[in-house]
Amino acid sequence: MNYDWKWDAVSDSFPLLIDGFWTTLLATALGSLVAAVLGLFVAMAGRAPTAWIRTPVKALMEFIRSTPLLVQLVGVYTVFNSVDPLTIGIVVLGVHYASYMGEAYRAGIDAVPKGQWEACRALSMSPGRTWRAVILPQAIRNVLPALGNYAIAMFKETPLLAVITVGEMVLQAREYGTTHFATAEVFTLAGLIFLVASYPTSLLMRKLEKRLGH
Amino acid sequence: MGDFYSTFFDNFGDVGSGLWVTVQATLLGGLAAFALSFVLGFMANSRRLLVRGVSRIVVEFFRGTSLYVQLFWLYYALPLLTGYELSPVFCGVVAFGLNYGAYGSEVVRGALNAVPKAQYEAAIALNLSPFQRMRRVILPQAWVQMIPSFTNLLIMLLKSTPLMWLISAADLTSVVQTMRDRTGATVSAYLTLLVIYFVLAYALTLAMNALERAAKSRLGQRDSAGGLFRSRSAELASEPAGGVK
Repeated sequence: MNYDWKWDAVSDSFPLLIDGFWTTLLATALGSLVAAVLGLFVAMAGRAPTAWIRTPVKALMEFIRSTPLLVQLVGVYTVFNSVDPLTIGIVVLGVHYASYMGEAYRAGIDAVPKGQWEACRALSMSPGRTWRAVILPQAIRNVLPALGNYAIAMFKETPLLAVITVGEMVLQAREYGTTHFATAEVFTLAGLIFLVASYPTSLLMRKLEKRLGH
Repeated sequence: MGDFYSTFFDNFGDVGSGLWVTVQATLLGGLAAFALSFVLGFMANSRRLLVRGVSRIVVEFFRGTSLYVQLFWLYYALPLLTGYELSPVFCGVVAFGLNYGAYGSEVVRGALNAVPKAQYEAAIALNLSPFQRMRRVILPQAWVQMIPSFTNLLIMLLKSTPLMWLISAADLTSVVQTMRDRTGATVSAYLTLLVIYFVLAYALTLAMNALERAAKSRLGQRDSAGGLFRSRSAELASEPAGGVK
């Protein structure tokens, strides 16, 4: 190995990477929030009484789910190039993952026993009350592990935002690496930070799944 | 808008070669991931703690780190450390193979565990060697369960191939991107690109569904007629925490 591994490059770049890490976390958190909220609307639109709403929504979500996130990101950023890149990143991440979350919500809502719906009917509850008080609380329990898993997946896809010039962790790593000739060190460090952040989180998610009885 | 499409069809050869690079990366990466899934999946079911431990460490490492970082590390950092230059496509194939192989190993492990213990016991009682046991009894049943999750992972792999554009491989995204830069027709370019990926994803799904039908009919399970066109993107992909139980 004829490479000069510089340990001080590791320690010098660490603060910069952590700076980028906060942006990564912010993008993940807000993106997951958008996905969670939008996903619920997508799922409910998928259950609309009329096919005029159901079919386009399902077709659009299928299309978004089956096509690459990177292309979607670059496409939207190029079209709306006056909007702040982080906002675009969060919106596109949110919409992309909302298409997955829509399916998770659908499965969660379908898993609520038929008897619950019938009981609400028998008690003359309005649709709004039925959803808010009975169906959704039970459906959300099923959906939480999926939400967590997609949040972790989103976290690992945030480096794509670097392509639309968001200053997240991997972009910082690249910039430091190229200016200080320490590419290997910073990429290794970035990879390790990802691992340290996501592995315990996924362990927590597994615990959560067990507790929710999956 | 007509501008973009005339450029598109004039340079169809370029599009074709970009498409070929994408398809190559998907298929080769898929094969590599498939092979690695089985190796790691069988290791995870081993009786020896050391073997299981190694498998677990490798799997968690590649699942817990970002594919983007792995790809960039292989393309930028590895040459510095070892002096080996990897071509962009080869880098992509290795990165996809490692990353999705790790996810796939959970699928294999789960599917092997899902085959009823009685099958294992009956095979042992009938004096079948471990190899025969796997090949004749366990794998055919486990294989049917693995296919849906593998389909999902394959589609995810396809959707990851645009990353190769970032390490300067001449894949479909980079070709269409160049055309977009030349004609300035942004919306048409990206919509066309998305549609091509969608068609590719659907073609892969059809192929995997056909494979599943063949596998099921070998077991005597019949699938419904519409099953061939069933889209798998709606099923939850092999997730980081747990996968197939």
